[in-house]
Amino acid sequence: MDQLSRTFAALADPTRRDLVARLTAGDASVAELAAPYAMSLQAVSKHLSVLERAGLVTKRRDAQRRPVHLEAEVLAPMTDWLEVHRRRAEERYQRLDAVLNELAADEAYPATAASRPSPDNQTLGSRE
Amino acid sequence: MTVRYDEAAIEADPTVPVIRITRDFAATPAQLLRAHTDPDLYARWCGPNDLTTRIDHWDARSGGSWAFSNLRNGEEYSFHGCFHEISPSRIVQTFTFDGWPDGVSLETMTFTDLGDGRTRLSAQSLVDSFEGRDQWLLSGMEVGINEGYAKLDRLLADGAVPDAVPGTEE
Repeated sequence: MDQLSRTFAALADPTRRDLVARLTAGDASVAELAAPYAMSLQAVSKHLSVLERAGLVTKRRDAQRRPVHLEAEVLAPMTDWLEVHRRRAEERYQRLDAVLNELAADEAYPATAASRPSPDNQTLGSRE
Repeated sequence: MTVRYDEAAIEADPTVPVIRITRDFAATPAQLLRAHTDPDLYARWCGPNDLTTRIDHWDARSGGSWAFSNLRNGEEYSFHGCFHEISPSRIVQTFTFDGWPDGVSLETMTFTDLGDGRTRLSAQSLVDSFEGRDQWLLSGMEVGINEGYAKLDRLLADGAVPDAVPGTEE
């Protein structure tokens, strides 16, 4: 797997995305990071190892708690890259919103017309 | 907890060369299907804001095919593909950019009725290689993004990323 794919792989897991999101607020120890999850400390450490191998986080060896640090400059191009695509899709879908709004309006009008008495409705009614 | 996708969410799958985009719409599945299969409607929303879309061929049924071009200042970018399946709940089609005729992606658009006149669109693009996906993701990128990507490449090439030992970097 090439480096870029490794970075993608690291971010593909929801727990790891959550860990990264929380690390954007600042460094945190493994125990702090594990606290909100219903998984073992070991499981969280495993997720952090994947992030570490992808270069997304480092462990500060100088500090006693060895806090986990987000390497934001590695993440930035990654997220920018996908974010541009996300924004493009969102723009496209906002245009689709507008088209769908018109469709809904178009459909509402004939529905109103059909609810008025018409020869067809009367025919149907007379059958009962 | 109910997840809502009022804005498009994007995901790049690590195991297969796939991009997934999810978005909720205030519309029925039938309306979404129509907006994807009626050529006049489709042309109005499919292209980027600064491009005009011209439908060159459109036969929206299972086994049919399509072709359209994006136009900007005399430049033309054309695309074509086949409609593999069109059903009320999903569209499966192929997609090729004519500027790169060897490349083809398989596009699956699934319409999930959320009730209350809302529908979730799950759009999946499967390309033939990770390289293809990354190329596709990079296509038409702003210079800034390419620079960002190049910066990531450099970081990776410099070995600053995988085995960095804090305190040893410059």
